[in-house]
Amino acid sequence: MKFIEFKNVNKTYSTGVTALADINVEIEKGEFVFVIGHTASGKSTFIKMLYREEKPTKGSVMVGGVNVAKLRNGRVFKLRRKIGVVFQDFKLLPKLTVYENVAFALECLGLKAKDIKPKVMKAIERVGLKEKARSFPHQLSGGEQQRVCIARAIVNEPRLLICDEPTGNLDPETSKDIMKVISNINKELKTTVIMATHDKEIVNRMKKRVLLIEHGVLTGDYLKGSYKSHENV
Amino acid sequence: MKMFRIIGRSIRDAFKSVFRNFSLSMASILCATITLLVVSISLIIAGNIENATKSLESELSIVVYLDKEATEYDATELQRKIESIKNVEKVEYKSKNDWKLEMSEYNPAIGNVFENYENNPLLDSFVVTVTDTKSLETITNEIRKLELIDSANYGEDTVNTIVSVFDVVEKTTIVVLIALIFVTAFLISNTIKLTIYSRRNEIEIMRLVGSSNIAIKLPFVFEGFIIGLLGSIIPIIITIYGYIIAFEKLNGHIITDIIRLINPYNFVFYISLIIALLGAVIGMFGSLRAVRKYLKV
Repeated sequence: MKFIEFKNVNKTYSTGVTALADINVEIEKGEFVFVIGHTASGKSTFIKMLYREEKPTKGSVMVGGVNVAKLRNGRVFKLRRKIGVVFQDFKLLPKLTVYENVAFALECLGLKAKDIKPKVMKAIERVGLKEKARSFPHQLSGGEQQRVCIARAIVNEPRLLICDEPTGNLDPETSKDIMKVISNINKELKTTVIMATHDKEIVNRMKKRVLLIEHGVLTGDYLKGSYKSHENV
Repeated sequence: MKMFRIIGRSIRDAFKSVFRNFSLSMASILCATITLLVVSISLIIAGNIENATKSLESELSIVVYLDKEATEYDATELQRKIESIKNVEKVEYKSKNDWKLEMSEYNPAIGNVFENYENNPLLDSFVVTVTDTKSLETITNEIRKLELIDSANYGEDTVNTIVSVFDVVEKTTIVVLIALIFVTAFLISNTIKLTIYSRRNEIEIMRLVGSSNIAIKLPFVFEGFIIGLLGSIIPIIITIYGYIIAFEKLNGHIITDIIRLINPYNFVFYISLIIALLGAVIGMFGSLRAVRKYLKV
């Protein structure tokens, strides 16, 4: 079943730079997809379109049956409630504890306090941080901070998890752990995962679908692909 | 129900973040304090200028002397006619005997002079007060056109100058006050903007987890409200005590007995109310303006 569909998507910024040109791609529900490409290749723009941080200049982007390109500004928040986003720089609130950082996402949505607690504890347990629920971000390692960010992204049980270079700031060992957490979420919760990355090792090891974007053009779409495969093309 | 929870959470978070980001909140509160104090002082000055002009203006009047030939019947007729002129507030009859009595009381020597006359040499008169001092001249001219009038005067040159000076002073204070309020709004909202700049991450996370724009704005709006209100406390205290003390020290008037200060009770409370409202409203709109910048959807 099609969950995400890019149809003739073009994006030209007001500066005249073309970030994406004629992108056509379909992603099934529950898939795990890597988006790779050099810096400024357009992969960030691709990712940002999924949660309507950017709008295509031309074409349509369907996410779960909604045309994101035509979504009115006032309704964007409804789309984002179904999507979790994980960033390279974590974006945690430094003055809130781990628990509060994760709960913040649900409080913003106006959930009742008694409904928030079990959901937050479940998310924190899933990323393996139960013992650190009362710690503040500065008391955690980089890997642990990224886990908090993941817990916050999945606490509302989104259908789509978007990861923008989640291991960019982490050492290889920690990156492996983080990938395990994300992979488990994909398997156990059937959450569709789309991840932009530079990390060759991860892509090669995971053997998942890979989309290669070069100079704004989708030049490769490999099932069980890897960095190696596109270097051979 | 959900909306109430969001409002409740916003108020709670607003209080929390005022204290959590204490140094930044303090900067905004101090900025509000200083600017609101200036506004408060200007309001007191403007209020008193307005009051002084009004009371001085109300004392300006036209003195109309009747012709010697005028009978009592003519006087009543004339009074009716003058009363019907536009902008005339009150016409008071003052007979020549009243004048004689008043003048003799003022200076007994004058009384002695009057003794030498067989008849009272003075004229019967009207004292005409007007509702608008700017129409003194036209009213005087109209009165002069009536029959059986000896003369009508309002101290032309001096009064004209006074009226035009008052006019300029009044208009200037209003312009200065409005400009001051704008500057205050700008300063307060810019300091709040700095506070919010340091929290743009928070706003971004709220956006990305799917908070509606209104749910994002509310805590900041309440925070601006609290900051503005806290900033108005010191100006209000200074206004109330400062003005009451000044009023008592100056015995209720300034420079001369004619320029009276406004009675502090009620007046200081009105000013305080204006300052509190101004602080709260500017705080709210200031933070709203600042948040909007980070809410590109």
